[in-house]
Amino acid sequence: MSQITDLSFSELKKALGDRTLSSVDITNAFLDRIETLNPTLNAFITITHDEAMQAAKEADAAISNGTATAYTGLPIAHKDLFCTDGTLTTCGSKILSNFVAPYDAHVVSQCKNAGLVSLGKLNMDEFAMGSSNENSYYGPVKNPWDTTRVPGGSSGGSAAAVAAQLTPLATATDTGGSIRQPAAFTGTSGLKPTYGRVSRFGMIAYASSLDQGGLIAHTAEDVAHGLGLIAGHDSRDSTSANQPVPDYTETLNDSLKGKVIGIPKQFFDDRLDSRMRHAMDDVLEVFKSLGATTIEVSLDHVAEAIPAYYVIAPAEASANLSRFDGVRFGYRADSPADLMDLYERSRGEGFGSEVKRRILIGTYALSEGYYDAYYKKAQQIRRLIRDDFNRALSSCDLLFGPTTPSTAFVLGEKTADPVAMYLEDIYTVATNMAGLPGGSFQAPLIDGLPTGYQLTGRAFGESMILNAAHQVQLATDWHTLRPEGV
Amino acid sequence: MYEAVIGLEVHVQLSTDSKIFSGSSTNFGAEPNTQASLIDLGMPGVLPVPNAKAFEMAVKFGLAIDAEIGRESIFDRKNYFYPDLPKGYQISQFEKPIVGPGRVTISLEDGTSKTINVTRAHLEEDAGKSVHDAFDGMTGVDLNRAGTPLLEIVSEPELRSAKEAVAYLKVIHSIIRYLDISDGNMAEGSMRCDCNVSIRPKGSDTLGTRTEIKNVNSFRFVEKAINTEINRQIEILEDGGRVIQETRLYDPDKDETRSMRSKEEANDYRYFPDPDLLPVVLDDSFISACRDALPELPEARKARYISEYGITDYDAGVLVADRDVADYFAEVANTSGEGKLAANWVMGSVLAELNQTGGTITDFAVTAKQLSDLIGRIKDNTLNSKTAKTVFEALLASEGEVDAIIESKGLVQVTDTGAIEAIVDEVIAENPDQVANYRAAPEEKQGKMLGFFVGQVMKKSQGKANPQAVNQILSSKLSG
Amino acid sequence: MSLTSDDVKRVAKLARLGLTEAETTETLAQLNSILELVDQMQQIDTHGVAPLAHPLELKQTLRADAVTETDQREKFQAIAPQADAGLYLVPRVVE
Repeated sequence: MSQITDLSFSELKKALGDRTLSSVDITNAFLDRIETLNPTLNAFITITHDEAMQAAKEADAAISNGTATAYTGLPIAHKDLFCTDGTLTTCGSKILSNFVAPYDAHVVSQCKNAGLVSLGKLNMDEFAMGSSNENSYYGPVKNPWDTTRVPGGSSGGSAAAVAAQLTPLATATDTGGSIRQPAAFTGTSGLKPTYGRVSRFGMIAYASSLDQGGLIAHTAEDVAHGLGLIAGHDSRDSTSANQPVPDYTETLNDSLKGKVIGIPKQFFDDRLDSRMRHAMDDVLEVFKSLGATTIEVSLDHVAEAIPAYYVIAPAEASANLSRFDGVRFGYRADSPADLMDLYERSRGEGFGSEVKRRILIGTYALSEGYYDAYYKKAQQIRRLIRDDFNRALSSCDLLFGPTTPSTAFVLGEKTADPVAMYLEDIYTVATNMAGLPGGSFQAPLIDGLPTGYQLTGRAFGESMILNAAHQVQLATDWHTLRPEGV
Repeated sequence: MYEAVIGLEVHVQLSTDSKIFSGSSTNFGAEPNTQASLIDLGMPGVLPVPNAKAFEMAVKFGLAIDAEIGRESIFDRKNYFYPDLPKGYQISQFEKPIVGPGRVTISLEDGTSKTINVTRAHLEEDAGKSVHDAFDGMTGVDLNRAGTPLLEIVSEPELRSAKEAVAYLKVIHSIIRYLDISDGNMAEGSMRCDCNVSIRPKGSDTLGTRTEIKNVNSFRFVEKAINTEINRQIEILEDGGRVIQETRLYDPDKDETRSMRSKEEANDYRYFPDPDLLPVVLDDSFISACRDALPELPEARKARYISEYGITDYDAGVLVADRDVADYFAEVANTSGEGKLAANWVMGSVLAELNQTGGTITDFAVTAKQLSDLIGRIKDNTLNSKTAKTVFEALLASEGEVDAIIESKGLVQVTDTGAIEAIVDEVIAENPDQVANYRAAPEEKQGKMLGFFVGQVMKKSQGKANPQAVNQILSSKLSG
Repeated sequence: MSLTSDDVKRVAKLARLGLTEAETTETLAQLNSILELVDQMQQIDTHGVAPLAHPLELKQTLRADAVTETDQREKFQAIAPQADAGLYLVPRVVE
């Protein structure tokens, strides 16, 4: 008999609906498990035990008196850059280590309104800058599959929490790969929606034109449920798309017969590790067995996505993070001598090294004399990349590729050289530049460690991505594997 | 020897109900930080959403100055650190502003007109306020004002004197008041003026180094600040020195400008398009709705006053310059039915008083109704020009209504011929030599000599005698 | 384009980041390495290509002019590092 915490979000939904489990049962089970495992994994920064129990009780009451929604009483945890009213919201940073948010992010209130029970706030790379969750003020997150390894980043806490079954569903964000890469490293399913699909109101900004809120869970079906709750127009976010939200679960079972899958040749060159290639081929075989065909496509400028990203994202971040100045909220340095000292020390002491590096690069790229060569050039390359994707997706339904160059690397392995870390994003970054939806789903293990394959769709084509991934999950068992020893 | 080159940057606070990027109130005078929402405070995770009315107002201004309207305009971030700037950047417009090049006409002292080109006008958010003296060693920051919409209007450096600058500023003020897009109150800060001043040898066409005098808060101070700065720069050049490019503040007590910030801190604002906002695209219907909503602008109003009230071009020009003055004049003219008299009184006594005290017509002690009453009493001969002035002074001192003042001071004009005759008889009796001289003098000289007697009669009647009657009765009695 | 230590200091000043001498040195090497990565962009011909700020090229929706916010000063200032009499306090600024 499996434990409650073994169940996926969809399975728990069914159990609540059947009344075989109560929200209090479920919430207790996950809170116990968090208590046991979090000291090792460090996936949670804040565990909202009492609030969760209270919400669970209220959920059970609503269920019994018939005022519940289809999702009332189900657990979720939020990446710690979503503002949660009355609860610490740190962004993994010392500069917000005392920041009790005075309002809820749109994503958070959508979940609350649906009756979800929030278990707590998840660890992350500071201000979403990182690919390993080693940049957190609260210490690194460990990969449940091998605690000497990273879970990926920046949504390392979200991915590790789901993989270790501390929560069946977690919100996360992706600016250059921060949902997809940790999902691949931890054997979970993760989706970054189309830019503008999910409101950024209350989602503390890193790079405004690239950030997008999404989800990590065990299966595509789970993600489909969650996406329906958090997607939708929000007039408080000017970049929020006014597009209707379909029922993502409705189309999960569409047949893949005749679907065309594009294989960008740039993703399958000599640089791709042979075992990763082998794992990807296994996935492609499944797609073909389900009736899909493959064609080769080209994303001519995809190699420039990384340099362009590492100009645009830091540039936008350098301005977005200016508000952290010790004046109205957050960390303020002790006994500042004058205003300059207040700013320099609050920010110097409050930000970690990676954040400072990106602020400096970003400031430099925007500074007098360098704007054209850096920022403007990067935005031009962005258009070329976006057009490449649109062109490729006009001849196929989905793009396919590996999510990461390898399986999860060891803690400390890439921290000496920032650029080595940046190159981890090589398969994911271009999708954010193009603003398109992308998901990572479980592929065969390599040496006992998870891998992920990536699907990229047309704008607002999340249904197709989840449908394809779900069909693969029905035909395989990679998504059922769990780390041992946790 | 030298000519001054002046350009003005005018920041106009738009009178929208809510702020440019948030739904906070823009009301003046609220308790600190009670009108500062999450967005105004620059809290983590918040996002700006632009106010349609700010765009309507900006477009109306653009139409009123015959400018190109930016059909697609972009918001940019202007990055710098200051406690009253919560996000560490100001959302402004850099490369693609809402209003492009336009022009206004100013009237010069010699009666000629000059066109001054406006480079552009753009929308941006205002910063908060710093309170420097309230606390021991600390500055207090109030963010109520942060996020109030501003329209920054930039002139070409085509102004050549402090007087031209003030004339331009008054025209801008007039337009924004007519459009009702701002209170335009310099003292309260809803209209602020930065003056860019440089000098160069007359005839040269290269620009000298300019200084910027920030936040001068009255028309008078603008004129003085520019003049002292011009003089300061001329002195520097004549001493063989060089003008340093810097920001300066005008000190009205000392009537001089002083350096505000050291320029080694030259700001690199690192403008880039704000990624939280999308391009604002205005369609034809938006623009035409703004055009249809334009009120009668000063030029049109002036023409109408000339034809309706029969006043001169010059007078009409003075009266329409300030919308509030024009409204005041219109009320007086319409209520009293005496356009010309109304014009004389408004231009003469009212504006003279305002110029002296520096007050505004909206706070003026004499209401339009009161002035109209006064004119009514002149028209019906109750008052003559001298007694009318006395009543006006009393109105200024808030001594009551027109008729009450006339009664309490006993100013009713003496028109009763019997009474005047009695006084005339007295004067004739008391001045036999002058009477003799008058009667002996040739007719051409008598006109002038009559003045003496008129003066005496007016004195004896405490100015209340009707001058025409006095003249008539005196002439007849003296000749008879 | 290679940065010098002075460049790092100047940029750190613009960004109000207090860096120690050691941090400045360490950061310098790292920043130069990042700039080397970034300079790869120069290999691409972008002549005549318009910069793309937002991937979906949508237009801004304007908001109606209405007061929708209320006074929440107490709640917001409860998390302020230093506030008094409703004002946020910073070390005295001399203009």
